[in-house]
Amino acid sequence: MNLYSAGKVAFRSLRANKMRSILTMLGMIIGVAAVIIMVAIGAGANQRISAQIASVGSNLLLVVPGSTTSGGLRSGFGGAPTLTMTDARAIGKELTSVRAASPTMRSSGPVVYGNQNWSTILQGGAPEYLEMREWNVVSGRNFTPQELEAASKVCLLGQTVSDYLFGTEDPVGKIVRIKRSPFTVVGILDRKGQSPQGQDQDDTVFLPITTMQKKLSGSAHMGAVGVIVVQAVDADRVKEAERQVVELLRQRHRIAQGGTDDFSVRNLSEMLALAESATRIMSLLLGGIASVSLLVGGIGIMNIMLVSVTERTREIGIRMAVGARERDILSQFLIEAVILALTGGAVGIVLGAGGAMLTSQLAGWTTVISPAAVFLAFGFSAAVGVFFGFYPARKASRMDPIEALRYE
Amino acid sequence: MGVAAIEVSGLVKTYRLGDVLVEALKGVDLSISAGEFLAVMGPSGSGKSTLMNILGCLDRPTSGKYLLDGEEVGGLSRDGRAILRRSRLGFVFQGFNLLSRLSARENVELPMIYDGTSAADRHERALSALSSVGLADRAHHLPSQLSGGQQQRVAIARAIVNTPALILADEPTGNLDSVTSDEILGIFQRLNDERGITMVLVTHETDIALFAKRVIRFLDGRIVEDRVVENRRRPPAPRENAG
Ligand SMILES: Nc1ncnc2c1ncn2[C@@H]1O[C@H](COP(=O)(O)OP(=O)(O)OP(=O)(O)O)[C@@H](O)[C@H]1O
Ligand SMILES: [Mg+2]
Repeated sequence: MNLYSAGKVAFRSLRANKMRSILTMLGMIIGVAAVIIMVAIGAGANQRISAQIASVGSNLLLVVPGSTTSGGLRSGFGGAPTLTMTDARAIGKELTSVRAASPTMRSSGPVVYGNQNWSTILQGGAPEYLEMREWNVVSGRNFTPQELEAASKVCLLGQTVSDYLFGTEDPVGKIVRIKRSPFTVVGILDRKGQSPQGQDQDDTVFLPITTMQKKLSGSAHMGAVGVIVVQAVDADRVKEAERQVVELLRQRHRIAQGGTDDFSVRNLSEMLALAESATRIMSLLLGGIASVSLLVGGIGIMNIMLVSVTERTREIGIRMAVGARERDILSQFLIEAVILALTGGAVGIVLGAGGAMLTSQLAGWTTVISPAAVFLAFGFSAAVGVFFGFYPARKASRMDPIEALRYE
Repeated sequence: MGVAAIEVSGLVKTYRLGDVLVEALKGVDLSISAGEFLAVMGPSGSGKSTLMNILGCLDRPTSGKYLLDGEEVGGLSRDGRAILRRSRLGFVFQGFNLLSRLSARENVELPMIYDGTSAADRHERALSALSSVGLADRAHHLPSQLSGGQQQRVAIARAIVNTPALILADEPTGNLDSVTSDEILGIFQRLNDERGITMVLVTHETDIALFAKRVIRFLDGRIVEDRVVENRRRPPAPRENAG
């Protein structure tokens, strides 16, 4: 019997039991749709993390004041002000494994232009900071080392701030007021998007850290800085840089052997790699759980095929009597199972794709449906059909024709 | 008569039921010539169906020889026997054994879908087989839309569609009234006369057996009588609205 007539026979018997076929397919539909949605969510999360990692900058270390005991991913920044401008300068100049270092400081405050008022993050740093973060200036210029030295009242605006305060107007060269002091806008920062913590990184104003220390903050700790951002020469030397920074700072802070550090060093790429592997494990887990439902769908097919084989024992006997070989019967039932699985799979893919789109719209999550995932789901459905259809089909093909003919 | 179509010797069939061995056939020797019309009679449980199943290559003998057209077929594989059944044998059963979801024509086509006959050929041959049993106008009916006699005629059409050398009919009239039974036997006689198809027929009724050319009688797994039919019955003239 050729494939075409076998397919036709299979289709007819599936149509004859419409409700049962649809219910059996439903198992596959739900399984495949679940896999597609979960994989899409996982892939979306992965894509987002990768984009965020790229937006942070590569080979970065953060030197944070205060000891590590209270450390954690988010907490612990800005303990006692133990780091200084000279610490930052020393790290940048003296260490062989360090390409650059920038002292930074953060606060927040209102920025005013004309009658527009916008409260934002004020990010102080050295000019190198932008380069380390791979943050381009799209219009105007960065501030210069001389302006840093002189604590000039210049600033660069993030896209969000620029959009809000200036709209379509060109901000470069304009004067804005930050905490009532006038600042000249010298440049506009490129769009950066969300941080790994989910903040809008473009909602910021970048200015010389010296200006921030002298003009904007209370002068309680002159020369103290928040976090020192350090960039290693290359990815292979991040660990080495970490060691050198610790050694240098212990020396500079005169910490005796065995004494606790009054600072801590965090490896940013390591933290992000951790976040990345966490998302990967999450997507694997999601996919795995969804695959279980696919398995259940497959067992449903096997169950129904077994029932169908028993019900049609007499038909099998008749077909054998008129000359069907084992493989004719086997292929007939196998094709039925595969049709169930594939039709269910195809519908599941469509529903899954729709579900993924709906998820991204309702929950605001990024979802990614790759052609590879679709092909894989389709191929997997066929495999489920063959795998779970084989046992019932073989059972049918091995029947004894006389007993099958006698079956009531 | 001509060449021996079937040559059976020392045929034994034993069934095992738990610890008990049931000897359904206890050494049967039988020769059936090509073109013969044989009726097999005997009490219930005497081994008639067992013999038919072996002759029809649906089952294998426990021991003994079975030559079909001079070829030993007792040792064929399952697939070998399947191919033999669809190419050289036709079956007619007491219970008709039609597939209820298929139309009359599709039921007749069944043996041909397994031997690679093209769809157009299948169609044509099925229709001609149906018209030779007088059912050309019922080709699209489902079995449930046909009378018992008509269903049995569809089954006969299915049995002859691959031009078999031998038709095996196990109590083909067991579910039919006597008038319809005579009509079915008339068809068998015609196929036997006109096409030279060898017929083997199991029946409990003596007047059905009288349609055959030769009658054998089984008792307890052995042939106890083998005789030629003297006054063969012929079917009555066909009725209007037959079946
Ligand atoms: N599959 C089987 N397993 C065990 N015993 C069997 C089997 N098939 C047949 N028999 C036994 O073999 C013997 C012959 O059975 P068979 O069916 O050939 O009888 P029969 O002559 O066709 O009877 P009937 O006229 O009632 O159809 C019986 O005793 C029966 O019980
Ligand atoms: Mg019987």
